[in-house]
Amino acid sequence: MSKKVKKTDDLSEPVDIRSSSGGGWLYSDVVKDHFFNPRNFMQYDEEEKFEYNGMGRVGSPACGDEMVMWLKINPQTEKITDCRWRTFGCGSAIASTSVLSEMLVEKGGMPIDEALKLKPQDILARLGGLPDRKVHCSVLGDKALQAAVNDYFRRTGQHARVLTAGAKVIDAALNVTDKDIEEAVLEGARVLEDVQKKLKVGVFNKESVPQIEELLRFYTEKYYG
Amino acid sequence: MLPKPKKNRNVYLDHAATTAMDERVLKAMRPYFLEQFGNPSSLYNLGRTANRALASARATISAALHALPENIIFTSGGTESDNLAIYGIARAHQSRGQHIISTLIEHHAVLGPLADLKKDGWDITYAGVNKEGFVSADEIIKKIRKDTTLVSVMYGNNEVGSIQPIAEIGRAILKYRKENNTAYPYFHTDACQAAGALTLDVEKLHVDLMTINGSKIYGPKGAGILYLRRGVKIKPMILGGGQEKRTRSGTENVPAIIGLAEALKLAQADRIKEGDKQKKLCSMLWNEIQKKIPKVKLNGPEIGDGRLPNNLNVTFMDVEGEALLLYLDEYGVMCSTGSACTSESLEPSHVLMAMGLPYEYAHGSLRFTFGRENSLADVTYLMKYLPAIVEQLRELSPVSIGFKQHAKYKK
Ligand code: FES
Repeated sequence: MSKKVKKTDDLSEPVDIRSSSGGGWLYSDVVKDHFFNPRNFMQYDEEEKFEYNGMGRVGSPACGDEMVMWLKINPQTEKITDCRWRTFGCGSAIASTSVLSEMLVEKGGMPIDEALKLKPQDILARLGGLPDRKVHCSVLGDKALQAAVNDYFRRTGQHARVLTAGAKVIDAALNVTDKDIEEAVLEGARVLEDVQKKLKVGVFNKESVPQIEELLRFYTEKYYG
Repeated sequence: MLPKPKKNRNVYLDHAATTAMDERVLKAMRPYFLEQFGNPSSLYNLGRTANRALASARATISAALHALPENIIFTSGGTESDNLAIYGIARAHQSRGQHIISTLIEHHAVLGPLADLKKDGWDITYAGVNKEGFVSADEIIKKIRKDTTLVSVMYGNNEVGSIQPIAEIGRAILKYRKENNTAYPYFHTDACQAAGALTLDVEKLHVDLMTINGSKIYGPKGAGILYLRRGVKIKPMILGGGQEKRTRSGTENVPAIIGLAEALKLAQADRIKEGDKQKKLCSMLWNEIQKKIPKVKLNGPEIGDGRLPNNLNVTFMDVEGEALLLYLDEYGVMCSTGSACTSESLEPSHVLMAMGLPYEYAHGSLRFTFGRENSLADVTYLMKYLPAIVEQLRELSPVSIGFKQHAKYKK
């Protein structure tokens, strides 16, 4: 199953994954390995058989990708004993999900409390980094995981534990929420004008500007800091 | 798991991006790097030799275009030629009007300057295309106004290969000018993708400006031309020594120009034979894909006279193009995709969108563009692995087009 992967470029340098330097391409070896040999994905013949008690499906508004995650959680230990996933997306999205699935089930399974604390950076670190433009691909896995754990809470009647990531409206006139700002940042926005362009809105309400700028800083720090 | 090839073969199927240089072109260029390095503007013998070579390249090119040598402007490539055409006409004729007509499927080298002019107060009207990627001549003509100074429509589309009715539009513009007793609008076409396959006769096409570049026809990169009909004024973008009849300053890139002329001559001489061969390979690949891979769709016109003979654009439903591309790269196959994931803006191909393709179709699109060195063996090699690759990525994919709505569109 595993195979030799070629040494690729030094990933401490910013990488433009479209640049065609001729040699091997520009993801880390880990990304390549997971992309070409994905772990724990839902195979066709498992669809009927795989038993799970949590399932989450999310879509990425950034580029239109989708992901589903199935979890088998031991109700006694609350550890994730097994998981499966499927991803519609680019190489980075596939590799991110594969790596995430490996992190969840290794060493006897990750407790769900710990799993809920996983951040995109944890996935990125394990992947050996992704180009900036591809960071948003790793966020999807994190969201699918949370959706699947929430589903488990609902199925087991633990409604109080369901994490609601409710969106907060920042600019009522334009109906812009903090989620929108987060997504804009993941799509490359760094300053107010970028956000306007990404969200295709005109000028923000004056009062909402400081809050938007703060969110910009927050999410830029969170994903790229 | 996927089968691994015993021997990796390099299969280059991205000739719309660029081509390798022809040996004969290199041979023609070589002396102008080393011995004949003179500046064509210099008076001594070495300069005059360069100038003569330049003149002969100009003559070769103008003959291929059925134009006069003085109507050929040498530039640094397709992008500069497109920019020069658009900015050049827009700015030289702005007292007449600030309206330009173009299409939604142009190359970015045209769309970029248009968007920029819009910021400076120009009014730009874009004509749409039908499902197959064709612009209608009628629609273009209907958009002409009194203040329209330029119409710019590409000849052959780089993504889906649709060949636009340039001659028909050209004729209709001529008719409009005559009926309205005016010299406007001028008509520009970007012929970068067409130069290896279609006629470039500016008299038959009725164009006033035409862009061609070298790097898509087995010539050097960094070399292009803008054909400019006699009497049409443009405002130069690059000022300096006044070369190219003051339309484009800078010492002429003599070796590249020699190469471009040689490349264009060869491309035009071979275009019918090469076109037939590549069209055959395209249909063979498309037939094989349909036979071996379910849920596929041809994007753009049917393979035939309405389509550039080297272009095949196919959507593989439920999978993402960049992932496909990277897998194919592992097997040595090189092509391109219209997926959002490969674009800087995370938006899918503007051409496929303009054709009204749903978002998820663009996502799974691959473009194969054939060239001179491709053969049946390339198609066979590709088809040995492509079905398994698509199958593997489909197994990884939670999406099933036709059953569930795509996330991006769920409201
Ligand atoms: S999934 Fe679209 S860019 Fe990664």
